[in-house]
Amino acid sequence: MRYQYESQRVAYPYFIVAILLFGLQVLFGLVIGAQYIWPDLLFPLIPFNIARMIHINLLVVWIIMGFMGCAFYLIPEEVEGEIYSVKLALVTLVLFVIGGVTAVGGYLFRIHDGREFLEQPFFIKVAIVIVVLLFIYNILMTMIKGRRRTTISVVFFGGFVGLAVFYLFAFYKPANMVVDKYYWWWVVHLWVEGVWELIMAAILSFLLIKLTGIDREVAEKWLYLIIGLTFITGVIGTGHHYYWIGTPAFWQTWGAYFSATEVLPFVAMVAFSFKMISKKTREHPNRAAVLWTGGAAVVSFLGAGVWGFMHTLPQVNYYTHGTQMTASHGHLAFFGAYVLIILAMISYAVPNLSNKTESIRSQKIEIFSFWTMVISMFSIALILTGAGIVQVTLQRVMGMPYMETQTYMKVFYGLRLAFGGIFLIGLLAFYYDFFTKAGRAR
Amino acid sequence: MTKTSVRNMFIGSTVVVSVVFAVLTILSHKSFPERTHPENLTAAVVHGKRVWEKHACIDCHTLLGEGAYYAPELANVIDRRGVDFVRTVLETDAKQGWGAVRRMPKFDLSAEDINGLIAFFQWMGNIDTNNWPPNKEG
Ligand code: HEM
Ligand code: HEM
Ligand SMILES: [Fe+2]
Repeated sequence: MRYQYESQRVAYPYFIVAILLFGLQVLFGLVIGAQYIWPDLLFPLIPFNIARMIHINLLVVWIIMGFMGCAFYLIPEEVEGEIYSVKLALVTLVLFVIGGVTAVGGYLFRIHDGREFLEQPFFIKVAIVIVVLLFIYNILMTMIKGRRRTTISVVFFGGFVGLAVFYLFAFYKPANMVVDKYYWWWVVHLWVEGVWELIMAAILSFLLIKLTGIDREVAEKWLYLIIGLTFITGVIGTGHHYYWIGTPAFWQTWGAYFSATEVLPFVAMVAFSFKMISKKTREHPNRAAVLWTGGAAVVSFLGAGVWGFMHTLPQVNYYTHGTQMTASHGHLAFFGAYVLIILAMISYAVPNLSNKTESIRSQKIEIFSFWTMVISMFSIALILTGAGIVQVTLQRVMGMPYMETQTYMKVFYGLRLAFGGIFLIGLLAFYYDFFTKAGRAR
Repeated sequence: MTKTSVRNMFIGSTVVVSVVFAVLTILSHKSFPERTHPENLTAAVVHGKRVWEKHACIDCHTLLGEGAYYAPELANVIDRRGVDFVRTVLETDAKQGWGAVRRMPKFDLSAEDINGLIAFFQWMGNIDTNNWPPNKEG
């Protein structure tokens, strides 16, 4: 279906920048993956810690940018009205890009702060807050001026407000490291297992309505169910990070019971997707978009739900805490939930924006890209799980020194890098497809 | 069930879990004096934390199991290696970078920075972590 509102087209530049930064993120992932094998690579020019902070910061930045692009596409159709200010949307994007490039460029010159994921220097943090507030203002005005208010638009908006609110804890840096860690998780955990899930579920509902023609009333009931389960389990579930960092032992009970049920919202998303896709009232020509959407539900269930559950009980986490097991889960969860849902939206929106029904050829490339990325990321997760099991056995059970354990894990690191390379092929296929589709628009 | 009733359940349960979470947070704060000994947060410890952040140590090492997995756990490093060893690492590092296989970058640490980091690690080592890590190798 062709886009319905002229201003939806502003989503397109957001998508371009987001996927380009995604590529840069993956390149830095390959750099640190290679440094695991050849520690002298790029040393001392770009040491591991600098490359790693670029890898994970680009991840967060492009995902937020992708969310914004999704909003500019879906909010007009939801509220039935143009974006309040396209100019402001473009200004926001330019500011965001300048801020992001300055931050990453600065990292190369050792200008950074020192907490994982929150390495942005103070002035960049302020700039991020301004950018997000401009975006929220634009969306809010669009919703006020729009003809209708839908659950999807309200949930999406609520998720973004939550994203902004919890980011404010990034400014709190107490001298007591335990207190510091306590609130650090209010950004990291309450983002990915809280408010970001609202954004994901809203995008998922939008896509399912568009792709399967299901009744909005039904979809919105599911949406409330999903986000209800998210908060019921995920808020107190923060306790799964409070087992061993100086916080009281009662978190082992609260954290275990609540976080063990954090798989439920992901189960609900899978059930929702499959039910809607099987009951579809129309055969949407964009089969690739259906695949990405279902893929997001399934892989997030695996990465967040299953892999998260594997190490969330204190009896297990005592041994796996802070090992390659954690990295395994982090990759598959971020990829399944947030990367795939944004790529699903791009897959759905871009052909509509370029106003061409796509050819079979380009669907083939897209589907190839989907499977390549999904299979290689799943393989990376399995490989790192293997590495984690070896590490836990040698270090946590047998008491071998860390550096010595690493010599037994080389084969896993080699395989991880190889599958990282395959992942890149999938991404390049996605680029090819994206830019040829856009090319046909002109 | 209607959409409105599902929505009301969402709002109601979110309020309940948020209140519980707030109460548990207050209880956590009440336990921090005993579990973390804030009275020992000397100027040196505070400086050490700042040096730790300035060089983004967390993006290679873990600290109480959080951070990166490229280099050893450091919250218990004094217990594992002793002060003298840690001092040697940091002094070597101030000049040329430490390590044989994976190397620490050269950080240009001053004597004050090194003392601060050691005080910081000593303070971290005294936190009550519910017996984590399982052994001193971290
Ligand atoms: C989309 C959702 C999720 C994402 C993106 C995600 C991502 C992550 C990341 C990146 C970390 C590492 C944080 C660090 O640097 O220390 C982590 C840790 C953890 N996650 Fe998740 N996660 C998600 C959902 C879940 C769920 C649903 C569960 C449990 C049921 C879970 C359980 C855990 C646990 C227990 C840890 C701590 C691991 C440790 O002790 O080292 N996660 N997660
Ligand atoms: C495909 C090529 C990739 C490679 C080779 C790679 C490699 C790495 C490496 C070596 C680390 C550091 C682990 C450590 O601290 O020891 C890392 C961290 C991380 N990467 Fe990747 N990565 C890749 C792609 C991705 C993608 C696509 C995502 C997101 C979906 C991602 C998300 C993360 C996250 C969240 C962390 C932090 C994990 C944690 O704190 O536990 N990476 N990556
Ligand atoms: Fe969590």
